[in-house]
Amino acid sequence: MEMFLSITVGVLFAAGLYCLMLHSVVRLALGLVLLGSATNLLLFTVNGLQRGFAPLVPEGEQALSAPFADPVPQAFILTAIVINFGLLALLLVLVHRAAQETGTDDTRALRTELKDSEQ
Amino acid sequence: MTSATLLSLPIILCLGAAAAGQLIPSRAWPRRWLALMTMMAVTVVGAMLLVTVRRDGVQAAQMGGWAAPFGITLVADLLSALLVLVSGVMGLTVVSYSAATLPASREAGAYYPLVLVLVGGVCGAFLTGDLFNLFVWIEVMLGASFVLLALEARQEQLEASIKYMSLSLMGSVVLLCAVGLLYGVAGTLNLADLSVVIPDSDQPRLLTAVSMFFLVAFALKAGAFPLFFWLPASYHTPPAAVTTLFSALLTKVGVYALARIFTLVFTRDTQLTSTLLLVIGGLTMVTGVLGAVAQYDMRRLLSFHIISQIGYLIAALGLLTRGALTALIAFLLHYIFAKSALFLVSGATARVTRTYDLHQMGNLYRTQPLLAALFFVPALSLAGVPPFSGFFAKLAVIQAALRAENWAIAGTAVVVGLLTLFSMMKIWREAFWKAPPENQPQEPSRPLSLGDGVLGPCMAMTTFMVVLGVGAEPLMELADAAAGQLLDPGEYVQAVMGGRP
Repeated sequence: MEMFLSITVGVLFAAGLYCLMLHSVVRLALGLVLLGSATNLLLFTVNGLQRGFAPLVPEGEQALSAPFADPVPQAFILTAIVINFGLLALLLVLVHRAAQETGTDDTRALRTELKDSEQ
Repeated sequence: MTSATLLSLPIILCLGAAAAGQLIPSRAWPRRWLALMTMMAVTVVGAMLLVTVRRDGVQAAQMGGWAAPFGITLVADLLSALLVLVSGVMGLTVVSYSAATLPASREAGAYYPLVLVLVGGVCGAFLTGDLFNLFVWIEVMLGASFVLLALEARQEQLEASIKYMSLSLMGSVVLLCAVGLLYGVAGTLNLADLSVVIPDSDQPRLLTAVSMFFLVAFALKAGAFPLFFWLPASYHTPPAAVTTLFSALLTKVGVYALARIFTLVFTRDTQLTSTLLLVIGGLTMVTGVLGAVAQYDMRRLLSFHIISQIGYLIAALGLLTRGALTALIAFLLHYIFAKSALFLVSGATARVTRTYDLHQMGNLYRTQPLLAALFFVPALSLAGVPPFSGFFAKLAVIQAALRAENWAIAGTAVVVGLLTLFSMMKIWREAFWKAPPENQPQEPSRPLSLGDGVLGPCMAMTTFMVVLGVGAEPLMELADAAAGQLLDPGEYVQAVMGGRP
């Protein structure tokens, strides 16, 4: 399972970075979605996968005993998903608005203004 | 007040007021006053926190009563407390400047709540005691900054915020990877716990690799070489008040985080990180100032100066001696005030001349004598001319470099200081001294007075600078004490972890 997830993480990172390098704002947003998912999976995988061991303290004991699924990474990932989701919604609104203003989704069009001021 | 109240109040005040700001009627004045009052309260709480920390040592509080390292820890040492106080002061300055410069329609909208969220996020980042919450607060702060940048939705602002946002999100991805990997290696993210666990870890190489992830993520947030290009691409587009807030607080969180993790967490392989930080710092200084020399847009020029000053901070961190950290803290304070003063003045000149282009300005020295004085002081201070605060801050950095016998950094710092002076003189010559361009219809402009409210905040910043310059000794003492706490994390760990090792 770890192997499968590691490969998935690698593929997602590669796909995300590839999307970032295309000259399109929409693909840029998509690339960031992929990178976000890759990161979440990475967090999940690195911190150890455990199947069927809920992090519950057994009755009569004070602490968790050895094989248990660590709930902390899952809490991280949940938080990260929420943040990522919010920021991506914002980015999509921005992309949409910018496409309305400039009439293009080409990232190279975003650089014109810089060139003007350098001249 | 208990330390738990004191530590959580800056965050609660800001976020609570932001929420309340959205509920109250959408008119300019109630939102403005709410924001002003909140910032005042944050400043007062920051000052009380600083006094408490100075008197009783590092303050820590466990939220929800879960003991560290399991719960959420808020902790303030002198550096955090000082920065929270400065955030409050800067918030107050920017809100009062916004009230004077922004149109009522903008003030009535979400502007003030966003400013409050941003300051709340910054305070949270300064006060948090674990790395995951640091990530969360950085995202809160960035989220607010994205919207503030794009709020007017002019074309160049949309373009700038897409660039800024996609690069920030990249940085966040790297930071989150770093946090996840570190948790996988060390099994904890509490900063104090990490500083205990990491020296005994049996995977030093893996930890070094993880520390590089953190270095990249925070260097991007701080705007260090070679990851600074988002900064001059975006900082010149929003109104001057917003740029001031960004320049005062956003990149500083990156520097603060770097200082925190490389003095508290990754202290094992200091040879590597120090060398890297020194090289990054030196290159940041040089590229920033060279970028600035080439610019003729006032705000773009000032944005490049943010980068070059960040270089001083990172180089000081790389030296990692007590003197260097003292210099870092003093420089950080000086630089927040000096840079903000310059951005505020740039907004005021734009109000008079209706442009940021230095070619189209001129003669302001005669028409706006007070404004000229208010530019002159922070410009000299930024360049490091005595008796202003910049002189002592820069001198401290150079002295620390000389003591560490790092001639390259010392030399770079001196040369960059001269180039800074040169580019400040360029603004002075173009905007204030030369005759106005002929093709421009010269309408007789009334000198700005304090009654306009534009110059008040500039004046306050300039006063701070003179006070910090003339009264440098208590500041240096405070910075020295804060540097001592950074170098010897025992007190920090003790405060967070309580009696347990």
